[in-house]
Amino acid sequence: MLSALAYESWILHALIWLPLLGTFHVLWAAEDRAKWLALRWSLVVFVLSVGLWWAYDPALGGGYQLTSSLPWIAVWGVNYALGLDGISLFMVLLSTFTTPLAILGSFNYIKKRQKAFYALMLLLEVGVVGVFSAVDLFLFYVFFELTLVPMYFIIGIWGGERRVYAAIKFFLYTAFGSLLMLVGILYIYARGKALLGVTSFAFVDLLQIPLTPQEQMWLFGAFALAFAIKVPIFPFHTWLPDAHVEAPTPGSVVLAAVLLKMGTYGFVRFLLPFFPLAARHPNVVTLMLTLGVIGIIYAAWVAAVQPDAKKLVAYTSVAHMGFVVIGIFALNVNGLQGGLLVMISHGISTGALFLLIGMLYERRHTRLIKEFGGIGRVAPWLATAFVITALVSIGLPGTSGFVGEFLTLLGVFENHPGVGILATSGVIFAAYYMLPMVQSVFFNALEKPENREVRDLSRREVVILAPMIALMIVIGVHPTPLLRRMEPSVQMVLERVYAAAPPSAALIESVQEETVETVERVE
Amino acid sequence: MRPFGLLLLQAPGLEDSQAAWEPVLPGLIILLPLLGFAINGALALAAARKSADAVRAGREFDFFGNGRAVTHTLPTWVGPGVLLLAFLLTVVNFVGMLGAELHEPVIRSYWSWITTGDLNIAAAIQLDQLSMVMMMIITGVGFLIHVFSVGYMQNDPGYPRYFAYLNLFIFFMLVLVMGASYPIMFIGWEGVGLCSYLLIGFWFSDEEKASAGKKAFIVNRIGDLGFLLAIFLLYLVFQRVDYAGIFGDAESVFVYGGPVITTVTLFFLLAAVGKSAQIPLHIWLPDAMAGPTPVSALIHAATMVTAGVYLVVRSSVLFALAPLSSAVVAGIGVLTALFAATVALRQQDIKKVLAYSTVSQLGFMFLGVGVGAYTAGIFHLMTHAFFKALLFLGAGAVIHSIQHALHHSNKDWDAQDMRNMGGLRAYMPITWIAMWLATLAIAGIWPFAGFFSKDEIIWMTGAMAGAENAPYAGLYTVYWVLALATAMLTAFYMTRLMVMTFHGRNRTGATGAEHLHEAPKTMWIPLAILATLSVFGGWINVTTDLRESVLGGFGALPMGEWLHHWLEPVTEAAHRVQEAHLGELAHAAPLGGGEVAWGLISTVAALAVVLVTARLLGRKEVPVAVEDAEPTGLSRILFNKWYVDEFYHRWVVDPVLTTSRVLWRIVDTRIIDGAVNLVGNAARAIGWLGSLLQTGQVNTYAFFFTLGVLVILAMIGF
Amino acid sequence: MLAESLVLAGLIFVIGTLGVIVRRNAVIMFLCIELQLNAVNLTFVAFSRYVGIEGQVFVFFVMAVAAAEAAVGLAIIISIFRHYETVNVDSFTRLKW
Repeated sequence: MLSALAYESWILHALIWLPLLGTFHVLWAAEDRAKWLALRWSLVVFVLSVGLWWAYDPALGGGYQLTSSLPWIAVWGVNYALGLDGISLFMVLLSTFTTPLAILGSFNYIKKRQKAFYALMLLLEVGVVGVFSAVDLFLFYVFFELTLVPMYFIIGIWGGERRVYAAIKFFLYTAFGSLLMLVGILYIYARGKALLGVTSFAFVDLLQIPLTPQEQMWLFGAFALAFAIKVPIFPFHTWLPDAHVEAPTPGSVVLAAVLLKMGTYGFVRFLLPFFPLAARHPNVVTLMLTLGVIGIIYAAWVAAVQPDAKKLVAYTSVAHMGFVVIGIFALNVNGLQGGLLVMISHGISTGALFLLIGMLYERRHTRLIKEFGGIGRVAPWLATAFVITALVSIGLPGTSGFVGEFLTLLGVFENHPGVGILATSGVIFAAYYMLPMVQSVFFNALEKPENREVRDLSRREVVILAPMIALMIVIGVHPTPLLRRMEPSVQMVLERVYAAAPPSAALIESVQEETVETVERVE
Repeated sequence: MRPFGLLLLQAPGLEDSQAAWEPVLPGLIILLPLLGFAINGALALAAARKSADAVRAGREFDFFGNGRAVTHTLPTWVGPGVLLLAFLLTVVNFVGMLGAELHEPVIRSYWSWITTGDLNIAAAIQLDQLSMVMMMIITGVGFLIHVFSVGYMQNDPGYPRYFAYLNLFIFFMLVLVMGASYPIMFIGWEGVGLCSYLLIGFWFSDEEKASAGKKAFIVNRIGDLGFLLAIFLLYLVFQRVDYAGIFGDAESVFVYGGPVITTVTLFFLLAAVGKSAQIPLHIWLPDAMAGPTPVSALIHAATMVTAGVYLVVRSSVLFALAPLSSAVVAGIGVLTALFAATVALRQQDIKKVLAYSTVSQLGFMFLGVGVGAYTAGIFHLMTHAFFKALLFLGAGAVIHSIQHALHHSNKDWDAQDMRNMGGLRAYMPITWIAMWLATLAIAGIWPFAGFFSKDEIIWMTGAMAGAENAPYAGLYTVYWVLALATAMLTAFYMTRLMVMTFHGRNRTGATGAEHLHEAPKTMWIPLAILATLSVFGGWINVTTDLRESVLGGFGALPMGEWLHHWLEPVTEAAHRVQEAHLGELAHAAPLGGGEVAWGLISTVAALAVVLVTARLLGRKEVPVAVEDAEPTGLSRILFNKWYVDEFYHRWVVDPVLTTSRVLWRIVDTRIIDGAVNLVGNAARAIGWLGSLLQTGQVNTYAFFFTLGVLVILAMIGF
Repeated sequence: MLAESLVLAGLIFVIGTLGVIVRRNAVIMFLCIELQLNAVNLTFVAFSRYVGIEGQVFVFFVMAVAAAEAAVGLAIIISIFRHYETVNVDSFTRLKW
């Protein structure tokens, strides 16, 4: 049925342009209709994107599917080229799934300048879908930077008290990283032109460029820094708690669920296949694993003593992303698959946690843990949803959180048992940061009179949380369909990492001589 | 891939084994409690909304408003109902398995749970003799405790939620014992931990109870770390994680006593120690008594805490291959048994006594499986499930009754403190008799259930000490002595419990005593059934020597060594390894004397302890709790449980918390974020310096402009 | 002839530049800017003798623009004077940061 509609040919374009249309529509509409319009647009996008699940066929191998390409800036060889593989498929789905929920979750939270807010949310969706579906490095970079703008305004306008500080910190920190990446991109492009005579930013073309080990190391550094800040990896994480604490609920949801994933996605998409020699270099692997493990344990410990529930969850994100990083740099199928699953699971569960904390904030106008207590008695559904989500977040078996962590740790343990043991201790610390918070907020005596007034979930809130919780459990019980779709692409990345050999000096010289000759002839 | 829903019909394909015997709907046994959870959970959510409205309106739960609502009547049928069905189905399968000469486990796969690379974990269950025994215990004892709970919990506002958790617990426990691979077992392993957490903190408004649940979960997670690492290591070695694949090759792959197998088993031991509350992770179990008493009976006595023992027996081949780990298992077991027994001597809270008694008995089971007596370990697990469940339920009935009495006499005394009880035998005769039977059983007095199981463990320890090639013979001799001593302590503290609770003068006061009552039918019938099992349950595994002797009525006791033969298919590989490496076990205890002689000695000694204790304590006047003096000397140390909790607080919890704060306040905020802000501020400072040039005076600008032009001209010119 | 013209033009330009830098009266500064423009005009005219007519064409352009500029500039100065009641540029430092 999908093929009858020629679904493959237009879907990716639709997923990018429909939200953009929506953005203008929302801007055009009346203030009080903005939220419903935005919700409708994002729902349409989500419904359309569901077909990707079937449209993407893992049996065809791990390469890009649903590809389409239009020349954009022909002189530089820039193409508006889109495509999807098993890795980006789920990132796109995660984005389109999260956006409507985040929009629905902001109905009560966002009171001022609604039109602008919802337009920005849709614009953000344009950016993230673009990031995950671009197969042209230039296009990727454009979308990568595009996501900064709406998020900057979302934090800066609708945020908390220190919103401007947080917004600027977020913007400058991440932009600083990506500028280094831009330098790297231009360098690769220049090398491609010089060595092979290709003027192209397409991933497939850039992969052909024989880069020397030293070059790979430098480029790896430039790209890795950009993505490490985005992920964020310890010690580049300090923008995240600030951004989360100040951001409005929907901003936090999208930030945690999708924007952070752009960093780890970049790791898998670029660092491993583009610079395989650097990525598998023992020193690099050791460094990344070390930072990942430090992130897991350090963030867990810091999270445990946070007085602000939202900041606590923000730090747990750092810990979770640490799992992703070590999974990726385990450089084997289990680790990589696990890392990707942690990304998906973290997107859903942490998104849900931020929504839940937002709901608590709407009711009590505080997020300080000690202000709560005994909420479970007056808001049992809210408490149930929170406890389930918290358990997913700490990786209870049978939920999505476990499958990802299990595979990640298994993968890491296979290649680096010592690191595996340290990282596995993260499961203890996860309980150590999450359960005391759950207890102080939802259990204990209902002492404060304000807490007695806390309402339970409204119907709208149930509608938001139910699909998230269902998905967390379904993925936990039956993750194989996801793993099956990701596996060929993951295998491809790994083959590339292990097959790559440093280009022989002769090859480079011959290529260079040719180039020199060509240049001379032209002159 | 097989879609969901077909759990009931075992679909073909995957890795189902072709056995002579077809189990009857094994998936349904697991699904029934899950179904119960779904129904009760939905009812609980509905009921919770209502009681939340009441709380918000400032009212407390109104039993007559809500108590007759469907949310409070349906769980009574659904909760125990699904358990009854599951139990019946288990019995059907059990009978079927009895008839079939089954040597291989029957495996049923439903769908592939995690498939990636060369890892393939099927959502599969395995039915063999071991899981069958466990299933019988879980569903059987579980059903009785569900029935008891109807009486015990009916007036609680959280009644449907209680049954939802209880059903969920049974579901996970069944997953734990029926899973066909370690990861599936791990689902159950953590799942029961979750239910334990939820049920300990069932009355979550009480901070102490909520904290106890949290503590249980976190301590258990330390053990889970070991479980995960063991799985990883096994995967590294075998590239698979299912039992069939691992146990089949274990003997050929592992070197006897080699470092890898020792590491694997030590990791598993860590898991078992956490779940079964052995030293040094025993601290959570006594606190777990904060939960409703039937929960203590089901989870923290009969089933969940024995999961560690199950794990060791399930992995018996691996442990048999690792003599060092086995010695450590036995050592931890016997030390825990002794340690917990000493603590139990001086506890005043009836449930705390039972909790430490449980820890102690679990220690015995560990000792059993540690010395390679896997059957004896499971045997004691089973008899312990009977008599300890009974003791807890009995204690529940007592507490229930005392609460009434204290409530009516307006005393805010502790209803669980044995010093406030006394003389209950007159008011609760059925409970009294049942609990005495259980006490005799746990004390190891012939011919009650505990005698046979405990005696077998102690005997096997002695036999191990004298085995031909026993690796640590001296060590095992010490274990044997300690185990004997612990058995005597058991007899003492249990008699003390009985005397303080049921004998002597009633101390609730005259007004209170009027309200003391026997438990209702739903509560005492399960007690009676469990009492029967506590008496006769031990007869299924009487060793041949005992059976032929006076202790077996010269062959009159039925079913000699039945359990041993029954479990043989599961443990035979382990026994083969043991025989090959340890040689023949001794036929005499370290001090000489055969099994019958020591059986006689221990039962006579235990009986003597019971009688003497009853006699001595029965004469003593016990002061009520509020008037009692603080304990001094050794009893103070015992009363405070050797200050283990305080030790952990001082040396583990506090340092971790302090470090966390330092990491946050200093490292994160000051150093790392400080560096980030420093970069930002440095950029700002440089900008500020530059801005000094900007005076706002057009003349200045013109001056610099001119200067600039001149400089450029000069550069071009020269 | 050219050399003398250029020296004169240079002198006028330097005088104008110094005036802009040194003087504080907005009107005087404005006059000095005009001096600079005219110094340039002089250069154009001087060169047009040797190079071609374009130099003189440019002078007309400059003069036209300068006239427009004078109109706008004086208007601004008058407006500033109305606001501050002074034309001393020392007191106009709001063009800062």
